[in-house]
Amino acid sequence: MPQPLNYLKETPSQTAGPYVHIGLAPGAAGFQIFERELGWDIAGPDAPGERIRVEGVVLDGTGAPVKDVMLEVWQADANGIYPHPEDPRAAEVAKGFRGWGRVITDFETGVWGFDTIKPGAVTGRNGRIMSPHLNLWIVARGINIGLNTRMYFEDEDNAADPVMNLIEQAHRRETLLARKVAPGQYRFDICLQGDGETVFMDI
Amino acid sequence: MKPAPKPAEFYQRDRLWQPPAHAPNYKTSVPRSPRQALLSLQGSMSEITGPVFGHDDIAPLDNDLLKNYAKTGDPVGERIIVHGRVLDENGRPVPKTLVEIWQANAGGRYRHKKDSYLAPIDPNFGGCGRTLTDENGFYYFRTVKPGAYPWRNWVNNWRPAHIHVSVFGTAFAQRLITQMYFEGDPLIARCPIVQTIPDPKAIEQLIAPLDMNAAIPLDSLAYKFDIVLRGRRSTLFENRLEGN
Ligand SMILES: [Fe+2]
Repeated sequence: MPQPLNYLKETPSQTAGPYVHIGLAPGAAGFQIFERELGWDIAGPDAPGERIRVEGVVLDGTGAPVKDVMLEVWQADANGIYPHPEDPRAAEVAKGFRGWGRVITDFETGVWGFDTIKPGAVTGRNGRIMSPHLNLWIVARGINIGLNTRMYFEDEDNAADPVMNLIEQAHRRETLLARKVAPGQYRFDICLQGDGETVFMDI
Repeated sequence: MKPAPKPAEFYQRDRLWQPPAHAPNYKTSVPRSPRQALLSLQGSMSEITGPVFGHDDIAPLDNDLLKNYAKTGDPVGERIIVHGRVLDENGRPVPKTLVEIWQANAGGRYRHKKDSYLAPIDPNFGGCGRTLTDENGFYYFRTVKPGAYPWRNWVNNWRPAHIHVSVFGTAFAQRLITQMYFEGDPLIARCPIVQTIPDPKAIEQLIAPLDMNAAIPLDSLAYKFDIVLRGRRSTLFENRLEGN
């Protein structure tokens, strides 16, 4: 027998279930418990950049909106800087910029939405520039392991983006594009399955 | 803009260890599972960074579910401590990371406007908590043991007693939500949600053992639950790692 490698195994994922709000957004579950719920203020009041609102629905394989989904957002500031010690420019990140947000859907309509600023481009692997994007993580009842995707902007140049170019079927790249519906307002519907299925990523 | 340093990726997620998206015995997964293959990405700045939390984000009682919603006294149920460490696949502790939990009360009822199970709400139990791991990755909560509850899947499915757990780690690539089960519960083997995990060894990783050494005499039993997040590559050969 060779020596054992002794790596641990990642804890297996389980669905967030229908009552994810109790833990992660108790106000929506119907009660106040924490002084401060986390994740409602992504950019802070002072960060420079274009203020935007993003709205959408998550659709299941039958085309129905998923009404008990929770989304988390992780994004860079308007200069493409992440507020994290491993970003080499972290010291210059916009004041009060958190970069992280958490939203749930309206229980009746399935619509979710959040306010933030438009991120800047981020330098990716090998110095290749990634177009402005939001990183999204989606959990819900029936989703056994959180789904990762990215939201890009239809009014940005995404032609050279290294992740977009990894998508073999070019028409599927459109599933990652948010539509501009009004100044500062974007629409991004996520399709879990079927025609127009969103490109999800194993990151 | 100066070029970013070479990213040190996380080990790829073992998709044979994790549950598949489509697990037909858990019916809700059928319409909510992608059918196209996932796009595999090597780590970039967008994946190897993630939100940072601090003590300003939480309050001192947030990890004490016996007290954090108490109105007229402590909640009803078996008093327990849940404790453990957050580690990565290299066995290193993950310090200062946010751990959040939520659960049903001792009767199996959630404090949620969408839960209509006939077991009563406990006026003294909210059912959620959160904490930051310490510098060695340790965390603990005090709570009551949740009850089993029925759910609509087949006509007579019951969830084993469980606590939902959410963990961040240091990077968006490590983000994880799971459920903790209790040693000896006969419902674990019968649960279609547990059984979405194909490998029995992986299921064992979600079962917390009774830990009498951490129990408090005349007060609370204890269960130990360690959580493992993805580990990270060391940059021994940087020039190889930056390949396309
Ligand atoms: Fe549950």
